[in-house]
Amino acid sequence: MLELSNLHARAGGAQILKGIDLVVRAGEVHAVMGPNGSGKSTLANVLAGRPGVEVTQGRVLFDGKDLTALSPEERARAGIFLAFQYPVEIPGVANSYFLKASLNAVRKARGEPELDAMDFLALVREKAKRVEMDERFLQRAVNEGFSGGEKKRNEILQMAILEPRLAILDETDSGLDIDALRVVANGVNALRSPERALLVITHYQRLLDYIVPDFVHVLSDGRIVRSGGKQLALELEQKGYGWLAGAAPR
Amino acid sequence: MSVLDAARDHFVERAGAFAAVADRHDPEWLRRLRAEAAARFAEQGLPSTRLEEWRYTNLTPLAELRFELPGPEPAQVTRDAVESLSFPVFACSVFVFVDGRFRPELSSPRALSGSLRVESLAELRSKAPERLAAHLGRHADAKRHPFVALSTACLDDGACLFVPRGTSVAQPVHVVQLASGAAPDRVCHPRLLLVAEPGSHVTLIQDFVSLSGARGFTNAVAEVTVEQGAAVDLVLLQRENAESFHVSNLEVRLARDARFAAHTLTLGGGFVRNDLNGVLEDEGASLRLEGLTVAGGKQLVDNHTVVDHALPHGESRQRYKSVLGGRARGIFRGRVIVRPDAQKTHAEQSSANILLSEGAEIDAKPQLEIWADDVKCSHGATIGRLDENALFYLRSRGIGEATARDLLVQGFASEVLASLPSPALADGLAELLREQMRGAGAGEAAP
Repeated sequence: MLELSNLHARAGGAQILKGIDLVVRAGEVHAVMGPNGSGKSTLANVLAGRPGVEVTQGRVLFDGKDLTALSPEERARAGIFLAFQYPVEIPGVANSYFLKASLNAVRKARGEPELDAMDFLALVREKAKRVEMDERFLQRAVNEGFSGGEKKRNEILQMAILEPRLAILDETDSGLDIDALRVVANGVNALRSPERALLVITHYQRLLDYIVPDFVHVLSDGRIVRSGGKQLALELEQKGYGWLAGAAPR
Repeated sequence: MSVLDAARDHFVERAGAFAAVADRHDPEWLRRLRAEAAARFAEQGLPSTRLEEWRYTNLTPLAELRFELPGPEPAQVTRDAVESLSFPVFACSVFVFVDGRFRPELSSPRALSGSLRVESLAELRSKAPERLAAHLGRHADAKRHPFVALSTACLDDGACLFVPRGTSVAQPVHVVQLASGAAPDRVCHPRLLLVAEPGSHVTLIQDFVSLSGARGFTNAVAEVTVEQGAAVDLVLLQRENAESFHVSNLEVRLARDARFAAHTLTLGGGFVRNDLNGVLEDEGASLRLEGLTVAGGKQLVDNHTVVDHALPHGESRQRYKSVLGGRARGIFRGRVIVRPDAQKTHAEQSSANILLSEGAEIDAKPQLEIWADDVKCSHGATIGRLDENALFYLRSRGIGEATARDLLVQGFASEVLASLPSPALADGLAELLREQMRGAGAGEAAP
C-alpha cells in the first residue's frame, strides 16, 4: 500500500529525513518510534503533504502511484488520514459543518453520493458515541477551546467518519491521561481491518500497549536504525533511546 | 482649477438647479435648510487627502466624473427586478427606494405594529411637517461634513420611521435603496430618519443594491435618535456594483439607558466610505458597532467611526473585521472620546484584518482620547493572512483549497454575523456572503 524508498525530505530549511525505506501493507500496523528531533513528525507531514515539507530525494508510492504529485486534499480523498499532533483550532467554523464538508468531499471522490443533513447526523452521532464524545462538541467551532484530550478525540472521530485506508497517528498519545488514551486507542482499534493500514508515530511505548503493532521501527537522525516486532518497543522502554545511538549506522 | 474644485462647482450648480424647482412647492423651513446646506457645501468643497480624515481616501476618481441628479421621471424598475435581489429573510416588510425616491408600487409595506410603517419624507412633508422639521438635519451637521451638506442641499425624499413610545417591532424593517444605473451617471442622496421613542425597540435593515453594472454615486445620510431606554439595531448592507461610489454618514444619538447597534456589512461597492458618529449623550447608554468588509478586485472600503462618551456609565464596543483580496484597500479609523464627565465608561474597539493577497492593503488606526480618570478602555488592531496551519488542516481532510479558504474567511466573518439581532438574519446574510464569494468577490485567492 505504502512504499518509501530512500526518502529524503527537508523542512524549515533543514534536511530532516535522510533516506527512509519502509513498506506498509494492507492490514498491517507499524509503529515508528524515536527521540525528539529524529524526524517522526516530518515523516507524518511528508505523507500528508504539508506545504513546506519537501521531498528532495527518493520515492513515496501509495498504491503504486507517486504520492508527492498529489495535493493534501487529493491524498485525503485517496484514503490517507493524518491525526495531527497539534489539531488546529478554526474559529467560526462549526465542527459538524467541517465534518460534513470533509466527508462529502471524500465520498464524492470515491464516487459515492453525498450524505444529506439527516443521514450525516445519524452517522456522526454513532461515531461520536464510539469515541465517547459529547454531541455538544459537534456544534462548537472546530477544536476551539477543546482540551488536549478533546482535540485528540476529535481527530479520531474524523478518522472514524472518513474511514481512511492508511491512517497516520502523529503522537496521538501526547498529553492524554490514561482514560483518554484508552478511548482513543479503542477508536483506532475499531478501525483495524485487513484493508487498512496504520502508521503509529509515538515517543513512548505506552500507546503500543493499547494499539499493538505488527512492526516497530526506530527512527534516529532521519533514518530507520532498527526494525523489529512489538518486542522492540519494550526493549526501548527499558533501555532508552541512548541504547540505539551507538548502534545507529553512520 | 483643481479637479476637486471643478467637481464642487458641478455639484453646487446641480444642487442649485434642483432647489430652484423643488423650492416652488416646499415650505420655508425646508428651503432654508437646503440653502444653508448648499452654502456649507460650497464653502467646504470635496475634502482633499491633506485633511487627516481623508488621508487614505483620495476623492479624485469621484471628482473626475460628472454625476447628475435623477430627473423628474422615475427610473423604470419592475417588481421582478426587485424581488430577484431579495432573499427569504427579508420577506417581512419591504420599503423600496429607487435613486433615493420612495416607490410604493415596488414595496410590500406590511404594517409593522398597529398602523406603524415606514413613511416617505416627501409624504411627511405635508402630513407632519413639524415632526419632520424637528428631526431633519438635527444631528447630521452640514457644517462639519461636506457630504452631509451636499445631501441636505439636494434633499428630496427618504425613509422615515418614528417608533412610538413603548412599541416593540417584532419583524425587521427592510429598506431597500436601489441605484437604477440609468444614464447619465447618477448621484442620489438616500436619506434615513429613524426616531425610537422611549422604551421602543426596532431592527432596521438598510440595503444598498445596484440594479445594473452601471456607474453611480450614492451619498447616503442617516440620522438615528434613540430615546430613553429604547433599543435600535441597524443593519447596513452594502452590495452595490464594483463601479459604484458610496459615501455614507450615520449620526446616532443615545439618550439615557438607550441601546444602539450598527452592523455594517460591506460586500460590494467600488469606492465605499462610511462615517459613523455616535454620541452617548446621557448615562447608561450602550453602543455597539460591528463591521465586516469582504472586498476584492480594486475595491476601496473606508470605515471611520467616532464614539463620543459624554456622561457616565456608558458602554461602547466596536469590532471591525475585514478580509481583503486582489488589490483591495481597507481603512479603519476609530476614535473613542471619553469626556471628563464620562466616568465609569467602558469602551472597547478592535480591528482585525486578513489580507488574502500581496496586492491587498489595510490601514487600521484605533484611537482613544480619554479625559476621565475612572474608565476601562481598550483598543487593538491585528493584520494577518489566512492561517496556513488551518488551511492545511482542512485540506488534509479532503476539502479543496478554494473551499478551505472560503471556509476560513466565513469562520472569520461569523463572529460579526453572530452579532446580528436574529439567527435567521445571520443565516440569510451568511448565505449572501457565500454567494458573493462564489462570484468574483474576495474569495479568489490569487497571491
